[in-house]
Amino acid sequence: MAIIERPAPTVPAIVTPTSTYGLLKRPVSTTGWRSWVFTVDHKKLGIMYAATAMFFFIVGGVEALLIRLQLAAPNGKVLNADLYNQMFTMHATTMVFLFVMPMAAGFANYFVPLQIGARDVAFPRLNAFGFWAFLFGGIFLNLAWFLGGAADGGWFMYAPNSGPVFSPSHGVDFWALGLQITGIASLTGAINLIITVLNMRAPGMTLMKMPIFTWMITVVQFLLLFAVPVITVALFLLSFQRNFGAQFFDVAAGADPLLWQHLFWIFGHPEVYILILPSFGIVSEVLPVFSRKPLFGYPFVVFSGAAIGFVGWGVWAHHMFASGLGPVSVAVFSLTTMAIAVPTGVKIINWTLTMWGGKLWFTTAMKFAIGLIVLFTVGGLSGVTHAVAPSDTQQTDTYYIVAHFHYVLFGGAVLGIFSGFYYWWPKVFGKMLNEKIGSWNFWLMVIGLNMTFGPMHILGLQGQPRRMYQWTEARAGEGFFNLAFWNLVASIGSFILSVGILMFLINVVVTARNPKKAPLDPWNARSLEWMTSNPPKEHNFDVIPTVHHLDEFFHQKFEEDEATHTMKQVRTAEEIMAEQERNADKHIHMPSPSYWPIVLAFGLPIITFGLIYSHLISVVGGVIVLFAAYGWALESSTAPDSDFETNTPGTGLDKVGANHD
Amino acid sequence: MTDVAHDHASSTGISNVKLGMWAFLGSECLLFGGLISTYMLYRGRVSGGPRPSQIFDIPFTSVSSFVLLMSSLTMVLAVSAAHKEDDRKTNLWLTVTALLGATFVGGQVYEFTAFYKEGLGFSTSLFGSSFYTLTGFHGVHVTVGIIMLMSLVGILKRSSVPGKKAEVVEMIGLYWHFVDIVWIIIFTLVYLIPV
Amino acid sequence: MTTNTAETKQEHGMSDAGYIRIAIILAAITGLEVSTYYVDFGVLFLPALLIMMVIKFVMVVSYFMHLKFDNKIFSFLFYAGLVLAVGVYAAFLATFKFFIQ
Repeated sequence: MAIIERPAPTVPAIVTPTSTYGLLKRPVSTTGWRSWVFTVDHKKLGIMYAATAMFFFIVGGVEALLIRLQLAAPNGKVLNADLYNQMFTMHATTMVFLFVMPMAAGFANYFVPLQIGARDVAFPRLNAFGFWAFLFGGIFLNLAWFLGGAADGGWFMYAPNSGPVFSPSHGVDFWALGLQITGIASLTGAINLIITVLNMRAPGMTLMKMPIFTWMITVVQFLLLFAVPVITVALFLLSFQRNFGAQFFDVAAGADPLLWQHLFWIFGHPEVYILILPSFGIVSEVLPVFSRKPLFGYPFVVFSGAAIGFVGWGVWAHHMFASGLGPVSVAVFSLTTMAIAVPTGVKIINWTLTMWGGKLWFTTAMKFAIGLIVLFTVGGLSGVTHAVAPSDTQQTDTYYIVAHFHYVLFGGAVLGIFSGFYYWWPKVFGKMLNEKIGSWNFWLMVIGLNMTFGPMHILGLQGQPRRMYQWTEARAGEGFFNLAFWNLVASIGSFILSVGILMFLINVVVTARNPKKAPLDPWNARSLEWMTSNPPKEHNFDVIPTVHHLDEFFHQKFEEDEATHTMKQVRTAEEIMAEQERNADKHIHMPSPSYWPIVLAFGLPIITFGLIYSHLISVVGGVIVLFAAYGWALESSTAPDSDFETNTPGTGLDKVGANHD
Repeated sequence: MTDVAHDHASSTGISNVKLGMWAFLGSECLLFGGLISTYMLYRGRVSGGPRPSQIFDIPFTSVSSFVLLMSSLTMVLAVSAAHKEDDRKTNLWLTVTALLGATFVGGQVYEFTAFYKEGLGFSTSLFGSSFYTLTGFHGVHVTVGIIMLMSLVGILKRSSVPGKKAEVVEMIGLYWHFVDIVWIIIFTLVYLIPV
Repeated sequence: MTTNTAETKQEHGMSDAGYIRIAIILAAITGLEVSTYYVDFGVLFLPALLIMMVIKFVMVVSYFMHLKFDNKIFSFLFYAGLVLAVGVYAAFLATFKFFIQ
């Protein structure tokens, strides 16, 4: 927030609000919990997104472990059938909507403005609102556990199984309304990041000079922008059916249950690219840095990413090959699905050729990135076998499908996210994660995930169905391919995997206790986010950089030697940093903190809670939303110049802060 | 997308808010697209309840459609006045727009009541559920628009609007016109084209 | 973001009279649309209605919403959503054999 006066950038800036907005004066705290709860700083929000997502990752992980415990031996007794249904439904919902998506949002929030040389996002308050809506939506979703049972229809919640007859608890209501709230978060986040990328790039940064991570995030935000409203429609139809007696999926009234499947997968297939493309972006940053080479075929990586985003809209019905679509639809969607493998393959080739002939540096971040290439390819290949409709008909609803999407999501998306943790940790927290523990982290995770998900290929092809809560000795079969052995292997693997993830948490604690600071440019990195301090100042850059090259930071450090045509270092990161500090901009007004984002977001779960229990409660929520909307509209994003007080610390600050408890 | 921003040093030089509004409207296309498609799929499934052609009152709906269409004209006049910094005219046209919008919503309430009396409830048939959902969503959008227009009139009078006044009027105008074009589609696809 | 005022003036170059002319055309088309309810257009009925709908839609978007005069990126954002919606939902209805009833 606030003004930054040279030459003392670390002194907290002081704002004395002169007028009220709605009912409340602006929050002014720069320290303590208030500085987080009311913040609009994209870096703080990025950390909050990631930390919350990590929490839900653990929740979803515990759910997964319970599932594997149940299936480890015949006649599992850990969960009953009903609880098992809730467990796999919430495991998938949590991992998709409350872990991978917000984790990507966290990375995007933190690094997109830094990578494009901006001081903040286009809509800082909307950004804060998005985070709070996600958090409250996630809590709302999980409230159902304590209020009569969670959703139990699978993460795609097929009709008519999702109707009140087959799912009488409030679980599905919480699920539909909770996802509606996180959907609002995704939509506002998408609008914010798209406009940030379109409108806030540093001078000289054309679209084709943007870092590849920012490019992939942009594609993802467009997918979100257009895919979220589709699931919104589907969820509304479901809620109206369950809560207001509409008939959309009531087969007795002549409804077509495929309506839900179509709407869900029109959203759902772009959604899988929403999950994977951020990780593609991360490894496309990591691989060049640790190969000491520029990314091979940057334009191809950009356009294949955009092509995936576009073609991703024309493949949804391959999730429905077994539903009786008719031969024409099946043939068309089979072909488009095979087609989408092409741009994905282009990316794999580009990454491989980036490493080819490079001086590889096997840091933990690099290991995770290479892990992604290998394991995502495995998942991609089994994906192509689903594109062949006759083969898919055999695989539908078996563990083979479970194996496939865990290879692309865990082997792909999650490994990419961990690569990002190790690569960017020094940037965010100013300390390097421990490489030794990191190595354990990586190898345990890779061994664990292959042991968990590899056997599922066999289980699936042997005919073990998904969502089956028990298997019996009598039907396990004999010989090498018997279900008993491979189920046990998968369950043991899941615990090794958990230990691997535990290593990461241990690493975080060990690193936090280690007083050693990270160097300014520990990896000899290439893009703009490294051209500032660790962690970055509140205003990101002392001077807004002017961009001349793709990989601008690298080109500031290195120049081509005329004689030998090799790159030689001409400046260090420290020198560049020092020069920026000498020329620092004066009077940087950053967007000011606000109460309204969290208040507005808080109204949403109250409205949805009321829709389930009593419409009176909804009215209260509606009033909160309206109240916050007025406060929001009447408050300008950045405090007026007259509110900025320079060099007179203390006055009025305590008093104003105390008024708002 | 690639032809953007090459000529400009830093950014496109256009307002964030306006870009954001257009992105939002692009997103809304898929929302209403889904609702309209659901209706198109289900419009003929009446389960013994009234059929669309039995209850639609085309002359009445034509009038209310016309009212909404003309509210787009008054809205654009408000935007035009705001750009000329003519506060009095801006307020006048905003108020007229809100009144026309309210007339439309009033017509919709009347229409729903009439349909209900003729035997088409929300749970009567798939036609009923999808019809009320689609037109109801549109009606809610109009109502939100009216609330924004009235709030804007109040705020403009106290001239406490942060940022550029004309831009705020323009943004609400964009939203309002979008709601109007959605109705242009609904009017043709739902009302004029029989099952 | 700052708006270039000179450019803005030009962007909104249409006069109030121009807007009224557009509104009159829109009203006339609406009248024609409603007349299909009373007069039998034969085979032309469906295409005529759809064409008139599209004309009205494009006119409001282009003139009242200024898309014709504004920066192309607005058109990109909006028409990307619109084209995607039409394409995806048409394919969706096609899988239900909606168009060959």
